[in-house]
Amino acid sequence: MAEIVLPTKALAVNPLKASQPIGASLAFLGLARSMPLEHGARGCTSFNKLFFMRHFRDPIALQTTAMDQVTTIIGADDNVVDALATICERNRPDIIGLITTGLSEMQGADVPRTVAAFRAAHPQHAGTAVVPVRATDTLGCLETGFALGVEAIIAALVPAGPAKVRRPRQLNVLASAMLTPGDIEAIRDWIEAFGLSAIILPDIADSLDGHMIEDGFSTLTYGGTPRAAIAAMAESAATLVIGPSLNRAADLLASRTGIPDLRFPSLIGLEACDAFTSALVDLSGGPVPGRIGRRRDQLLDAMVDCQFQIGGARMAVAADADLLAALIHVLTGMGAEVVAAVASARADHLAGLPVESIAIGDLEDLEWLARQHDAEVIVANSHGAEIARRLGIPLLRAGFPIYDCYGAHARPWVGYAGGRQLLFDLANLLATHYQEIQPYRSQFWRGTPRDLEVRKGNAC
Amino acid sequence: MKPDEVLALMNEPACAHNAKAKSGCARPQPGATQGGCCFDGARNALLPIADAAHIVHGPIGCAGSSWDNRGTRSSGADTFRIGMTTDLSDMDVIMGRGEKRLFQAIRQAIETYRPAAVFVYATCVPALQGDDIAQVSKAAAERFGTPVIPVDSAGFYGNKNLGNRIAGDVIYKHVIGTREPAPVPEELRPAGIRLHDINLIGEWNVGGEFWNVAPLFDELGLRILCTFSGDARFREVQTMHRAKASMVVCSKAMIHVARQLEADYAIPYFEGSFYGVKDTSQALRDFAGLLDDPELAARIEAVIAREEARVEAALAPLRARLAGKRVLIFTGGYKSWSVVSAMQDLGMVVVATGTEKSTEEDKARIRDLMGPEARMISDNDQTALIDAYHELDADILVAGDRYIYPTLKSRLPFLDIDHVRAIGYAGYDGMIELGRNIDRAVHSPVWDQVRRRPGWAA
Repeated sequence: MAEIVLPTKALAVNPLKASQPIGASLAFLGLARSMPLEHGARGCTSFNKLFFMRHFRDPIALQTTAMDQVTTIIGADDNVVDALATICERNRPDIIGLITTGLSEMQGADVPRTVAAFRAAHPQHAGTAVVPVRATDTLGCLETGFALGVEAIIAALVPAGPAKVRRPRQLNVLASAMLTPGDIEAIRDWIEAFGLSAIILPDIADSLDGHMIEDGFSTLTYGGTPRAAIAAMAESAATLVIGPSLNRAADLLASRTGIPDLRFPSLIGLEACDAFTSALVDLSGGPVPGRIGRRRDQLLDAMVDCQFQIGGARMAVAADADLLAALIHVLTGMGAEVVAAVASARADHLAGLPVESIAIGDLEDLEWLARQHDAEVIVANSHGAEIARRLGIPLLRAGFPIYDCYGAHARPWVGYAGGRQLLFDLANLLATHYQEIQPYRSQFWRGTPRDLEVRKGNAC
Repeated sequence: MKPDEVLALMNEPACAHNAKAKSGCARPQPGATQGGCCFDGARNALLPIADAAHIVHGPIGCAGSSWDNRGTRSSGADTFRIGMTTDLSDMDVIMGRGEKRLFQAIRQAIETYRPAAVFVYATCVPALQGDDIAQVSKAAAERFGTPVIPVDSAGFYGNKNLGNRIAGDVIYKHVIGTREPAPVPEELRPAGIRLHDINLIGEWNVGGEFWNVAPLFDELGLRILCTFSGDARFREVQTMHRAKASMVVCSKAMIHVARQLEADYAIPYFEGSFYGVKDTSQALRDFAGLLDDPELAARIEAVIAREEARVEAALAPLRARLAGKRVLIFTGGYKSWSVVSAMQDLGMVVVATGTEKSTEEDKARIRDLMGPEARMISDNDQTALIDAYHELDADILVAGDRYIYPTLKSRLPFLDIDHVRAIGYAGYDGMIELGRNIDRAVHSPVWDQVRRRPGWAA
């Protein structure tokens, strides 16, 4: 059981946390022909767009209602209607995510009423779904905002009704913000290997994996879960929920459709992977495909090979709660010691993690804890690079944003193969930075040719 | 090397093998053996001489897959890390150009890297060819003004142990006694302390582990004239004949160096180990015993008391976790007993130890440590070893690197104690590191996970 240490500082230094609106926007970036629209000042969206552009190295569909001084005071409802109409006219999206921010929430924007006003004024755009999400940035973090987005998408686009399994080989997957496009691809392959099909919500593997299309640039998303597929989720045999942050969204989906669900806190590491494989065995009624069995055997081998290096290693980890929990499980499962754990925001499941304490805080907290406990590796987003440099230890990049490394979004962490690569990378970082015994130079060497060697500064 | 020379090297009066059947030097069983050759052993023994160039005279098979593969560390000079071989080709062999090529190779090594000396290792092919590396070395030394030492170590002469002996023999014949040590300058002499010059023989500074112990020698006023050969320099090896005492740290294979130093220069020696708390303390005491300096003996006792108290505090929590754990040790030679003692220091039960390369005396020591019923395993077959592990209900296997992967594949905890490791285990601090690593290996949560059958397969 972990003690949750709440922040007492007035100043957040080197923030770990990204906002709820950015997370909610990401959920919509995983839908096909979609445009997230942030209801706030232009800056929110400008920053968020750059944040994702640098992380995914792709154009990012993201718009703003561009609230200004006047509309902030006298009401910005017209901005919303204008923005929705403009996006519909110019881009003809299937889905617009209308995401509030701290500013519009503070102002007290009545989003449902505004959407009704838009519908009344522009009946010609009835074909475009508008999904409102309340995602103030005064609460939560990227991951919780993402979960709010998923919840809102389900509420708006999955038809409610009594359970009717029309597609017994079809599964729903609710995919948390901790999953990369590489992860989502791996999950789809995993499910399809059992002869099952999956509707993944949201599917950022289809939109943000980084692929070229014939048309070149698109103002909307480059792929993602199609609106029709979201509606068809009501006909699946079961829902697989990955990441505790999506529990509320899963509850909502289950209550609207009556479809049973299975929940997986993570798919990183042997135990988590086995639980998922086991579920697929049950759902498919078939055996474990040979190539999955082989990848499992490869992971086992990597575990025994890497335990020398990873066992006992002191790790400092900072991430949003889902990813933090997944990493803590896999690291402690390898015998590493997580000496510093920082989450960007609270989550119920954090208290159950096998570490002494978890700080809700920032990367300054991580730096202090890592220094205090003599950490050997930092696992954090790219902002951890400076900390790692100051502490003289390596950084394993994980989470959002990763802006100083190509292909971070393509990396699969989940699955037997992803877990195996994680162990290799971690062991390599530790091996490269292994502190050998420092050379001792005898006092009796003074005045001998050994003195010259010292000046050359050699040691090998 | 002629058969009678090889036999002479095998005949080591100070080695207990001479008294009884040479179990430790048993012939390998073709098709069911492992372990290195004579060249391997010779180069391993000399490679730590860090400012020398080490040229392997042979086709690429000898050096290509083995250069820079040792865990030995240097505090400065790094010439030894540079892989050098004559890379003999078909045409070199057919046309008999090996000697010329070697001569040019020595020239190139000296001109490019300016080594303090060059060691030339003869391997099987040039030995069969009949290359006279002694003459080539002599000619090259005269021509280039750098010592060139021939090491006649064709792999087919025998095993690694013999290679170690050949190395020691070469050093004794060609290097030791060729230079006088510089006196200790007045300003470096600590007031009121008698300084003594000593040798360490068979200490390889694996993973820099001797640096755990070296500060104690400085503190005690024991000047190490030469460590043969961990972090050694050629000029230090030349002065070994002026020490007042030697310690044979590793392997019987090097004992003849100590014995000859005793015979020719009256330098007394003892055999000891820096693995484990007790053995480290005993090694320091044994120096006091040989050096006839009561004041030194008193200071050594004070250092031992201080260090043991310090290490005890660090080991106490580890002991609590390791007490009663059963360890199967499979290492060669001296390590078979020195590691036993280290494990027992940690409160572990040594259920068996390997004696593949151990001498009768090594075995006697094992019996002293483990009792008369001590289980000794001389078979180096990996399957048999894994079977023994299960039969003896062991918790961890401690062995050399060639056993790592068979053990891991069997889903069993393992600790690498080989000479290629980068982790130092010598001395008091090494014991703490050893304890930590055993604890991590034995208690790694990985074992349970990899042994468990997944739900769908159960």
